[in-house]
Amino acid sequence: MRTQEPNVRIHNFDEVALGYTEEQAVAEAERCLNCKKKPCSSGCPVGVDIPGFIELIKERDFLGAAKKVKESNNLPAICGRVCPQEAQCEKYCALGKKGESVAIGRLERFVADRERECGVETPPLPEPQGKKVAVVGSGPAGLTVAADLAKLGYGVTMFEALHDPGGVLIYGIPQFRLPKEIVKGEIDYIKGLGVDLKVDSLIGRIQSVDELLADGYNAVFIGTGAGLPNFMNIPGENLNGVYSANEFLTRTNLMKAYQFPEYDTPIKVGKLAAVIGGGNVAMDSARCALRLGAEEVYIIYRRSEKEMPARAEEIEHAVEEGVKLNLLCAPTRIIGEDGWVKALECIKFELGEADESGRRRPVPIEGSEFIMEMDTVVMAIGNSPNPLISQTTPDLETGWRGILVADPETGLTTKPGVYAGGDIVTGAATVISAMGAGKRAAAAIDRYLKGDDS
Amino acid sequence: MYRIIERKDLSSTIKLMRIAAPEIAKKAQAGQFVILRIHDHGERIPMTIADFDRAQGTITIVFQVVGKSTEELATLKEGESILNFLGPLGQPSEIKKYGKAVCIGGGVGVAPIYPIARALHEAGNQVISIIGARNEKMLFYEEEMNSVSDHFHIVTDDGSRGNQGLVTDILCDLLESGEQIDLVFAIGPVPMMRAVAELTRGHGIKTFVSLNPIMVDGTGMCGGCRVSVGETSKFACVDGPDFDAHQVDFDQLLERQKMYCQEEQDSKEHWHQCKCRG
Ligand SMILES: Cc1cc2nc3c(=O)[nH]c(=O)nc-3n(C[C@H](O)[C@H](O)[C@H](O)COP(=O)(O)OP(=O)(O)OC[C@H]3O[C@@H](n4cnc5c(N)ncnc54)[C@H](O)[C@@H]3O)c2cc1C
Ligand SMILES: Cc1cc2nc3c(=O)[nH]c(=O)nc-3n(C[C@H](O)[C@H](O)[C@H](O)COP(=O)(O)OP(=O)(O)OC[C@H]3O[C@@H](n4cnc5c(N)ncnc54)[C@H](O)[C@@H]3O)c2cc1C
Ligand code: SF4
Ligand code: SF4
Ligand code: FES
Repeated sequence: MRTQEPNVRIHNFDEVALGYTEEQAVAEAERCLNCKKKPCSSGCPVGVDIPGFIELIKERDFLGAAKKVKESNNLPAICGRVCPQEAQCEKYCALGKKGESVAIGRLERFVADRERECGVETPPLPEPQGKKVAVVGSGPAGLTVAADLAKLGYGVTMFEALHDPGGVLIYGIPQFRLPKEIVKGEIDYIKGLGVDLKVDSLIGRIQSVDELLADGYNAVFIGTGAGLPNFMNIPGENLNGVYSANEFLTRTNLMKAYQFPEYDTPIKVGKLAAVIGGGNVAMDSARCALRLGAEEVYIIYRRSEKEMPARAEEIEHAVEEGVKLNLLCAPTRIIGEDGWVKALECIKFELGEADESGRRRPVPIEGSEFIMEMDTVVMAIGNSPNPLISQTTPDLETGWRGILVADPETGLTTKPGVYAGGDIVTGAATVISAMGAGKRAAAAIDRYLKGDDS
Repeated sequence: MYRIIERKDLSSTIKLMRIAAPEIAKKAQAGQFVILRIHDHGERIPMTIADFDRAQGTITIVFQVVGKSTEELATLKEGESILNFLGPLGQPSEIKKYGKAVCIGGGVGVAPIYPIARALHEAGNQVISIIGARNEKMLFYEEEMNSVSDHFHIVTDDGSRGNQGLVTDILCDLLESGEQIDLVFAIGPVPMMRAVAELTRGHGIKTFVSLNPIMVDGTGMCGGCRVSVGETSKFACVDGPDFDAHQVDFDQLLERQKMYCQEEQDSKEHWHQCKCRG
């Protein structure tokens, strides 16, 4: 796939991957064997009919292909760009065993982009059911529930705490990886289905879940994500120049600090920046730091490259752009001067025995501490669920780190009529798994409101 | 969009705005705050709820013009609107019957102390209020504060109104007179809150301060507002903004508030240039 050249793209926030041309897409589609058993589809958390849509690309029926994908995936332009395909659909592709898997994500992106360019039609809406559902949070989970229920004729109101909807798609994942126009397009589509979107509405403060139920909502879906940033609790973390990845990315993406002072919100990045962590969040922070003017950017990660949870393409792009990987080490303290970050002390690790997840456990090497000069440190070591909803809803049971307890098949929480899905239930996961949970919850809510659930 | 129902100059740099936000007014409690954005290029500006009117569905904010965003906010007129208004945020102040409570407001901090003094008064506390400003022209809310206080003191730096001196001078006198005080609540510039904390610490009087670190979302999502309280790091927007004054690391808070000094200056200059160009 064509991309912007690394030395060009580190000076802008435009999309890095430029997508297929029509000819490239058809040529890639021709490689697909149209396997009867669809091993690829079984690797997709929402079960997209992959050979089905690829066949339509071969026939150059791109809009038909987009429709086919949308039968099971509401947000293909987004998933095509951000799904960890190498761990999902493409991992199971028959061609992957011998050579290269079909580039399913890129094809999905191609057909979705093509459809958007032609103008997306709003499907005809059924008669209103006369029942109302409140959706809390407008990330991929909430958007999916809202769209599916609106298409079934329910009155849906979506409450979002921030001033723009989209969740991580808007505030976290940067413009150069997922252009905000695409997310806005999807949201406009969902509004077109009649969903009433209320921004600036923090549930738990402006109204509680119980008040929503008392207010005439027949069911509530909670898709509030895992937005609470974790810190390491090492000395120096409150120095100026230390950010959580959430703050760093929110300033950059949601508040558009990369266009400061045209936009009012500032961000401060020095010459030397360290990002702690090895996931997508860390890669996004590192690549933003480069684009915001840092001269050297380091990823500091405890394990080896093989264990990094980030999408392969993101690691590849980050390295191409000049991000340096400092593997098998972790910070022990942040050293300050006059209230500002001055240096980072790290300790080296070696890989020991495999742990429960099958990854080899990193073990610190005693006395191996070393110091790196640093101006900016971004903590990207994970997020936990925000406790506001569970604190203000007494009968919602929570589990590890405050995740909501919910049935994996239906999303039903421990409170009747209240469903949940996405990162708030699983802990930080993926866009497509949040959407999958949203789909299942929408179906369950429909059954519940029709009285089929007993 | 949220309409500005009323706008008043309380002094040359302190402005009051009453904004239509019925849902927030329904829920607001003393000690909570809102986050507003003027337009879609704007930053998210935290402001304490200085008053709320449930019947009329309005929230009052009182703000000091310090930089680009507050300067721009001050240009808005009655009838105009702001784009975003989120609230009520933060934990409400801990209002209960303590006995005798001293409420101290310094500078623009008089605005947020008012609903707290009122609530403490309504909860049956004896309320002693001390408000301070640089000079007479910078003073506001005198009547409001007086109406919810059993004893009321005014101080100005230059003595143009009330006693000459600092709010802590009056507090010091009260403490030395041996009066039994059960609670002190102080809101104002960080050095003032720190001085109050130092004074009451020795007397073992429970003291609350309302902190205003730099914030972004105000919902617990970014961690930018973290402050050191005792041994732990707290997010002021969700764990606060009120904290036990004797546990707060005020020096760190002062440092953190300065993080964007240079950018704030640049932002203001950029805006002034844009205005000149029309
Ligand atoms: C920087 C970053 C990069 C990522 N990259 C990828 C990637 O490449 N591929 C991938 O698959 N996944 C990626 N992920 C993970 C993925 O984005 C999440 O798993 C997914 O967004 C979870 O969706 P969600 O709907 O559960 O929650 P979120 O997207 O977190 O949305 C939750 C929404 O709820 C709102 N909210 C919270 N509390 C309240 C409340 N009380 N009232 C009202 N609204 C509330 C929040 O403001 C937010 O808008 C990334 C995550 C991050 C942070
Ligand atoms: C919970 C809370 C309640 C507040 N209540 C009031 C109030 O009732 N009245 C009032 O006048 N002010 C209040 N403030 C402070 C007010 O938000 C800042 O003065 C305002 O954001 C400054 O913006 P500016 O662009 O005009 O100034 P700038 O030039 O940008 O900044 C001036 C100073 O304001 C502070 N500041 C800047 N940006 C922020 C931000 N995003 N969040 C917090 N502080 C910031 C910094 O210390 C900075 O040095 C409150 C702050 C908090 C956190
Ligand atoms: S949604 Fe994601 S996992 Fe499923 S087919 Fe598309 S890219 Fe693959
Ligand atoms: S497994 Fe690969 S080759 Fe087979 S149908 Fe799926 S995409 Fe095509
Ligand atoms: S302002 Fe972001 S967590 Fe408090």
